[in-house]
Amino acid sequence: MLIENPLMEARQVTLYYGASEALRDVTLQAAPHQITALIGPSGCGKSTMLRCFNRMNDLIPHVRLSGQILYRTHDLYHPDIDPVEVRRKIGMVFQKPNPFPKSIYENVAWGARLNGYRGNMDELVERCLRQAALWDEVQDQLRKSALALSGGQQQRLCIARTIATEPEVILMDEPCSALDPIATLRIEDLMRELKERYTIIIVTHNMQQAARVSDYTAMMMLTDDRAAGTIIEFGETQRLFTTPSDRRTEDYITGRFG
Amino acid sequence: MGVDNFPPMLVLRRRSRPGEWLIQGFLLLCALLSILTTLGIVVVLGRESWLFFGDEAVTLSEFLTSTTWQPAIGHFGVWPLLNATLMTTTIAMLVAIPLGLGVAIYLSEYAAPHVHDFLKPTLEVLAGIPTVVYGYFALTFMTPLLQNLFGRETVEIYNTASAGLVMGIMILPLIASLSEDALRAVPRSLREAAYALGATPLETSTQVVLPAALSGISAAIILGISRAIGETMIVSIAAGAGPSFTLNPFEAAETMTGHIARISGGDLSYNTIDYNSIFALGMTLFIFTFSLNLISRIIVERFREVYE
Repeated sequence: MLIENPLMEARQVTLYYGASEALRDVTLQAAPHQITALIGPSGCGKSTMLRCFNRMNDLIPHVRLSGQILYRTHDLYHPDIDPVEVRRKIGMVFQKPNPFPKSIYENVAWGARLNGYRGNMDELVERCLRQAALWDEVQDQLRKSALALSGGQQQRLCIARTIATEPEVILMDEPCSALDPIATLRIEDLMRELKERYTIIIVTHNMQQAARVSDYTAMMMLTDDRAAGTIIEFGETQRLFTTPSDRRTEDYITGRFG
Repeated sequence: MGVDNFPPMLVLRRRSRPGEWLIQGFLLLCALLSILTTLGIVVVLGRESWLFFGDEAVTLSEFLTSTTWQPAIGHFGVWPLLNATLMTTTIAMLVAIPLGLGVAIYLSEYAAPHVHDFLKPTLEVLAGIPTVVYGYFALTFMTPLLQNLFGRETVEIYNTASAGLVMGIMILPLIASLSEDALRAVPRSLREAAYALGATPLETSTQVVLPAALSGISAAIILGISRAIGETMIVSIAAGAGPSFTLNPFEAAETMTGHIARISGGDLSYNTIDYNSIFALGMTLFIFTFSLNLISRIIVERFREVYE
């Protein structure tokens, strides 16, 4: 299926790590102010796909990509594009919470300062922590080390830190996989609020999570020769989960897979 | 299959394993040996220093405050020697710390894998060059270079600047290699966090990776300083022979280690005051390096596990 006016789009993306193929001919669209979920079994290239959207794969040596990643009208892999600028507009939250070993305040302020924020920093820190539903818990301990927080709090801090750089898109790579169910629900609530302001693409192992929070879902799997990952079905989440058109999608979401 | 291949009886009774005991004893012996050696050194240094300070020609206050060291006429002020040691060490660290850290950051954050795999072993070869070679390198290369740069009348043949600079070059690979290990140990996830916020490689390495590796880096620096304080051959060859109190790095001066090496090589008779004086110097050196080790321990302890 095709979405009209997607904010981000992968067009026939094929990616190699050295000699081994990781993605083959992936086409995917992300609608603005919607949550797009990437689901599928382990090792099918979901995270690799996600990392194409902010050129995070650049940090790995010997990565080759063909096809196009479009953000609005820009081809992100065009030689004239600066990956640093790309990442300022397209933020990322990782699987394992990775706050800086700095204070809570500094975790939020650091990225904003890098991006040339000149306004009132205290205000920004408070606003971002409120948006990330963390303010009430940490307002009295902003100078404490971020590492003293619990895993769920750390992950919300990472979201606050990402919001502080005013991105337009937030990529989330299994943001709840290291968290307990209660922390997971808090992050999911947060995602629903955040999509009012941002466009979210999320990788998740958790099918219920994809069904609960996302508007669109892409089902990824290894190709028939088991060499690389590709998208076998993409559509509105509700439709994909109720009437999947691909047999493999149905097997996977009903737990019959493998 | 599986189970049938084991003896049929189930025996859970404790067995004696003499090999384990033997190895454990041997390893303990190794540990004790190094501790005993250190203790022995401290005892000898302490005893001879005691004799030195017990001599009526010597007072502790003169030792600690006077700027004259002339054993022949009974002047034992440690400052000329200590000052030369501090000068060569400072000059060496001015070279080794910035360059060493630069190399470490380049190797861990910027260098492509094949560049890294070539540079690091090469750098470590630099650490394997005998110090006597460095000494003559200072005397026959660095000193003429300094003389050409600053003038023959300014730069003496033997001078602390030349020895210090070359000592810095010698220590550079030590600091670079240890600091690089510390930088590499910083988890990738922290770098990714910085990049994902739109940080440049420079911002990432100086503001995120470097602070996170601080404990390892400070340990590397302290180790470098200890090495510089204790270095003997380079300063013996290039810094000058004969204690003189000067703050001019282009003049000759003798460090504590250089003095000990020169005096102990000559016809020094046992239990004279000159003989005992070198133990007092040795004690001073020992106290210096020991305190530095202690400081580095405190620093490492304080900054340890800044990241998970």
